[in-house]
Amino acid sequence: MEEIYAKFVSQKISKTRWRPVPPGSLQTTETFATGSWDNEENYVSLWSIGDFGNLDSDGGFEGDHQLLCDIRHHGDVMDLQFFDQERIVAASSTGCVTVFLHHPNNQTLSVTQQWTAARHHTGPGSPSCSSAPCTGIACSNPEIVTVGEDGRINLFRADHKEAIRTIDNADSSTLHAVTFLRTPEILTVNSIGQLKIWDFRQQGNEPSQILSLTGDRVPLHCVDRHPNQQHVVATGGQDGMLSIWDVRQGTMPVSLLKAHEAEMWEVHFHPSNPDHLFTCSEDGSLWHWDASTDVPEKSSLFYQGGRNSTFLSHSISNQANVHQSLISSWLITDPTKDRIEITSLLPNRTLSVNSLDVLGPCLVCGTDAEAIYVTRQLFS
Amino acid sequence: MEELDSEPTVTLIPGVNSQKKQMCFDWGPGEMLVCETSFNKKEKSDMVPGCPFIHIIRKNEDVYSQILRKLFNESHGIFVGLQRLEEELTGKSRKTQLVRVSKNYRSVIRACLEEMHQLAIAGKDPAIGRQFSIQVSSLSAMELIWNLCEILFIEVAPAGPLLLHLLDWVQLHVCEVDSLSADVLGSENPSKHERFWNLVTVLVLQGRLDEARQMLSKEADCSPTSAGMCRILGDLMRTMPILSPGNTQTLTELELKWQHWHEECERHLQDGTFASSPHLESLCKVMLGDEAALLEQKGLLSTWYHFLVTRLLYSHPTVKPTDLHFYAQSSLDLFLGGESSPEPLDNILMAAFEFDIHQVIKECSIALSNWWFVAHLTDLLDHCKLLQSHNLYFGSNMREFLLLEYASGLFAHHSLWQLGVDYFDHCPELGRVSLELHIERIPLSTEQKALKVLRVCEQRQMTEQVRSICKILAMKAVRNNRLGSALSWSIRAKDAAFATLVSDRFLRDYCERGCFSDLDLIDNLGPAMMLSDRLTFLGKYREFHRLYGEKRFVDAASLLLSLMTSQIAPRSFWMTLLTDALPLLEQKQVIFSAEQTYELMRCLEDLTSERPVRGEPDAQQLQAFCF
Repeated sequence: MEEIYAKFVSQKISKTRWRPVPPGSLQTTETFATGSWDNEENYVSLWSIGDFGNLDSDGGFEGDHQLLCDIRHHGDVMDLQFFDQERIVAASSTGCVTVFLHHPNNQTLSVTQQWTAARHHTGPGSPSCSSAPCTGIACSNPEIVTVGEDGRINLFRADHKEAIRTIDNADSSTLHAVTFLRTPEILTVNSIGQLKIWDFRQQGNEPSQILSLTGDRVPLHCVDRHPNQQHVVATGGQDGMLSIWDVRQGTMPVSLLKAHEAEMWEVHFHPSNPDHLFTCSEDGSLWHWDASTDVPEKSSLFYQGGRNSTFLSHSISNQANVHQSLISSWLITDPTKDRIEITSLLPNRTLSVNSLDVLGPCLVCGTDAEAIYVTRQLFS
Repeated sequence: MEELDSEPTVTLIPGVNSQKKQMCFDWGPGEMLVCETSFNKKEKSDMVPGCPFIHIIRKNEDVYSQILRKLFNESHGIFVGLQRLEEELTGKSRKTQLVRVSKNYRSVIRACLEEMHQLAIAGKDPAIGRQFSIQVSSLSAMELIWNLCEILFIEVAPAGPLLLHLLDWVQLHVCEVDSLSADVLGSENPSKHERFWNLVTVLVLQGRLDEARQMLSKEADCSPTSAGMCRILGDLMRTMPILSPGNTQTLTELELKWQHWHEECERHLQDGTFASSPHLESLCKVMLGDEAALLEQKGLLSTWYHFLVTRLLYSHPTVKPTDLHFYAQSSLDLFLGGESSPEPLDNILMAAFEFDIHQVIKECSIALSNWWFVAHLTDLLDHCKLLQSHNLYFGSNMREFLLLEYASGLFAHHSLWQLGVDYFDHCPELGRVSLELHIERIPLSTEQKALKVLRVCEQRQMTEQVRSICKILAMKAVRNNRLGSALSWSIRAKDAAFATLVSDRFLRDYCERGCFSDLDLIDNLGPAMMLSDRLTFLGKYREFHRLYGEKRFVDAASLLLSLMTSQIAPRSFWMTLLTDALPLLEQKQVIFSAEQTYELMRCLEDLTSERPVRGEPDAQQLQAFCF
């Protein structure tokens, strides 16, 4: 971790996302979007880290990120995803889902679509259509899936005014996050510690599979799927525990790793180096988990004054009948053989790190201390 | 209580006719609520509809400024770091650390200053530009004061280095020199520039003698007549003894050398070496520390503290810190010359020169618009062990008082409350209590925010607050029919009573609908089932249904019986349970053993003896089947 640049931006950042690069392009990403929360006026903003060619008079902040454009957003930004190169989908605490379009010529953002009434509570005590916050979004062009505190799953398609499919009362508790497994299948995590898999090809309102821990029902806050192996999923919980699951196998996680001291807000596999995993948490730290089974010299590359500790993974299920060649390094359970190296990436403890994103050699994260940290040399 | 030296400002409430109507108000933590009443100033009460709004008035606008938010956030990081380094160091390294912290704070102020300055000159709206300019001057005054406090109180520079620090201080804060220098040097013929001598004088006033010499050599090149004089003056400048940082001279040596040099300058002046050039002569007088000559340069000095430092440089370079205030007072008086009275900033600086920290803090509190500056400065000075604990009327000391005020101001902001938490943490006497009161009042619009607040409370073992917040959220969930959420909140708060409430809700739904809702929750309760008896019953009852569905009747039967005999089932539910036993009794094969059947009957008798009217037909049916 060579250089990490911090910038204070006068708004608490709830989500940061890199803009995807066009497939087949050799460039690294240069733009990221952020969403703010807990402000009277919240904004979705686009930032650029591109080199500006000219250095400033005081030695040049060539690594500093600059604001390109922003647009007002009603309610807190609860989740943010890039739908494609130009469109960003944002989920709001008012229950509304908005699609923003970025115009590169004049560097502005505008609203192209909005679904407002999709999320509400129904109940004897609540007034009809009292809004419920939308907590998670997953995009897979052309579909957008959203989940929220009302336990409902909505499936939208861009350019369609109404939801294509709604699964009412999919969950009796809050759904915190959602991700696509394969295209017609999604996986949700909720606040009683369950993973549920839903298949949109089926008509009913029941999940096709439920997985959970046997112990305490700790709420799960985030989920991410392994980029290459669609059955491997990582989740982060309220107690800061990182769990790796194999959804084909049984109903229990493959490994449980004690990680942070407080809620883990986001977990991400690196899209092109899936042996690397990143987590961020309410306790103000961002960790880089390296499970690649290279020669030990690599450990020196990651020790840059950050905390460097080696953990052994605990495994609680039997993997006897899975072929060795197909296992990703996250599913290996022999504690004597594999060691996961963990590095803390932020220079000093700060308030909660709410969000992070990785793409290529770049990492961005946003904190409650109103700062955005960017590094472009993740694997230097 | 001192008198205010200015009239309080009047704020007009839009929409309210204050001539005719009266207003009522109420104080909040950082704001005031105002609305119109139906009372009239005149006697007869008018039924004229007035302004229907309630207005919120905020005094502390700074908290809402975008740029100052960066100041608050960055300084929060420095503050927390300072509290943490407290215990580790002693002695010299501690002092270095504290000086570094002070410089960090100052660089944060400077960064904000720069940004605001950019905005002030770039903005198109003159009113906003003016506002920014006011902020800029306020921030630069803060940095000035902080810098001086750093030199005098934190760095505690002794005689000798003290003057060097003061010179740096002045050089940093009088920045017109650089632009003037660029201006003059950039012109074709610098020595013929109209402000050339201004520049040279200013350089001499600031003690930048090397640069002044370079200027003089340019002048010497241009006009050969004064070349000789320039050379002599240049030599005098070069040979002036100063204490450089790495120098090992003692103070006494320096003084002697300086005395010698001073006499040489005096000699040149009396010999009339510079008589033919008034500029050079006045420069020489300045270098001799002649007060009259210095006062002539009031325009270039622009402030009395510049005058003070220059005067010290050229007449008392080895001034001791304790003697500073004599010179400061006389400099102030001489500079102002009775024409104007000292401004608040002057009073603050004077108090600093007199080493009266409490006076500095007090004056800053009055003069500045928010508590940021005094809170952080006092905290830093407290770490330098400079503040005796002054007991204020409410028992806490000054540092804590200021931090509490600052943190309360942060809590009044919708977003900066998270910073306030750390400040309360480091107020040993009243911090925790204040935090408890404030944290319950944060509006919770989403679960994510609630989780953050809860984490803050749990980390500090504030169980009461955790319980009350979870209860609010659980009630909201129940009202919205999110029973799973309600249950997870009551598990978090370990609130057995609420778990009972949720379970009752489930059971009621079952009775009404004949089937369970939210099976995914009840089937997977896990160890949380133990939280309350009712919840355990709910889980077990569902298990009974499951066993029944799987046709494991014997297990189902014994479970059902145990539910009644172990007193876990609520009485109101017993009839339902007994009714559930009916189909088991009706089975062809014997499911209940003899003992179990006796137990069943006993339960039934218990039940019917209490309620003789209701449930009779079923009871009879049950009795029939038992025999």
